[in-house]
Amino acid sequence: MPYITANNLSIGYDGKEIIENINFTVNKGDYLYIVGENGTGKSTLMKTLLGLIPAIGGKMEFSPEVKNEIGYLPQQTEVQKDFPASVEEIVLSGCQRRMGFLPFYTKAEKAIAYENMDYLHVLELKNKCYRELSGGQQQRVLLARALCATKKILLLDEPVTGLDPKVTIEMYELIKRLNDEGITIIMISHDVKAAVKYADHILHIGSKLFFGTKDEYLNSKVGKNFLAMEGDEQDGNI
Amino acid sequence: MEIFNKLAYYMQFPFVRYALIVGVLISVCASLLGVTLVLKRFSYIGDGLSHVAFGAMSIAGVFGLTNDNNMVVILPITVVCAVFLLRAGQNRKIKGDAMIAMISVGALALGYLLMNLFTTSSNLSGDVCSTLFGSTSILTLKKGEVYLSVVLSILVVIFFVVFYNKIFAVTFDENFAKATGTKVNVYNTLIAVVTAVIIVLAMNLVGSLLISALIIFPTLSAMRLFKSFKSVTICSVIISVFCALTGILISILAGTPVGSTIVAVDAFAFFACLIAGKVGGRG
Repeated sequence: MPYITANNLSIGYDGKEIIENINFTVNKGDYLYIVGENGTGKSTLMKTLLGLIPAIGGKMEFSPEVKNEIGYLPQQTEVQKDFPASVEEIVLSGCQRRMGFLPFYTKAEKAIAYENMDYLHVLELKNKCYRELSGGQQQRVLLARALCATKKILLLDEPVTGLDPKVTIEMYELIKRLNDEGITIIMISHDVKAAVKYADHILHIGSKLFFGTKDEYLNSKVGKNFLAMEGDEQDGNI
Repeated sequence: MEIFNKLAYYMQFPFVRYALIVGVLISVCASLLGVTLVLKRFSYIGDGLSHVAFGAMSIAGVFGLTNDNNMVVILPITVVCAVFLLRAGQNRKIKGDAMIAMISVGALALGYLLMNLFTTSSNLSGDVCSTLFGSTSILTLKKGEVYLSVVLSILVVIFFVVFYNKIFAVTFDENFAKATGTKVNVYNTLIAVVTAVIIVLAMNLVGSLLISALIIFPTLSAMRLFKSFKSVTICSVIISVFCALTGILISILAGTPVGSTIVAVDAFAFFACLIAGKVGGRG
């Protein structure tokens, strides 16, 4: 059974539909990019996937393996910009689901947190304050927290926003490495060039919908148009 | 030496001892809640909810309830408002600050209006003033009220310790907590209920001006000095208790109003922490 199956899914806010008829499946080990112009509903789809807002219509099914077990790398919120929290505290908070109703973290949970901090090279920062870290370090801390929540599937919401080009590439390579180790990745991005480089499946959201493998996307009309458009834009920026 | 003699003299009076005990207990509760409220951008909730309580008090007055039994109206109304304000969290349409301002001003106006229409008291503005500023009420505590504060403070501290990690998760990143299966709504509601109860009781004991200050100042002071959630929480409790004690003692010795003296000490402590933080290179 696939991890996630969306069948004629309609998404939106407050009962108002933004997009209808979304169909896709996510299987174990997939690397899915959700692309599309800004304001087309990518983040809404993300929130629906995470169960933060209800779907308007259609069906979205999770296999029992990943139900309530999705790691999430959110965009930074206003609250976090001056939040006094150490790296260790934040990474540990990813173990919430494991601890259930127990009030404190166990040794095993602390070990998991340390292992993930070590893996993402933030262990030496563990007593540092989150708000004093660089953008790339902050993202790695949040990624470590997400890995504490699950080793099966990660949802990443525009993880390279605000990072400089070098750190952006490091971040992409890191996510690729996680995927190579068997973690399913769903990534929201408007960086279609990265999508074409790293993804194996692409879901295009917008006035036209598309779901398929990367190669199918490259040969599709939607994909060709979007690539040309984004390419122009990026060249124009430089 | 003279100061100590004077203090010893005042300590003989039960009402002074009660004021010290209750002042310290409420400052502990308020500073614990303050950390999560300030970080959730709900700094003004103390003010807002005490205005709601004021409005509810006027409604209770219309129905002929007096100070001894009006809690049955005040507490539920305030709890409902608190839950309404805090539960919707990050994903609401009207943002938290606007919502608090709206409810606070609305309740204050409604309360004053009702009081004007239905009052039997000859000193209306005096009543309003003492409700909002709690002018001397911390010095007129009865033994029962002291016990009540002791029990409640213990409950709040237990609540905070038991749910400490959940409170952190829900405060730092509500969406992540929710996505990974934490019952965010349950914890937000719990925090709201505890906040409302503490604010209503503290308002009766020490006035709404003081309760707002006790929620905001210690947390902000601690945030100048420390970087982790745990150290900020512990530090804010220490600062809060220290300021409450100092404030009460100064007010006894100098004969100043208790509530505003404590607030003044808290404000002074904030500036001290601000400077210390800047000097220490952490501000």
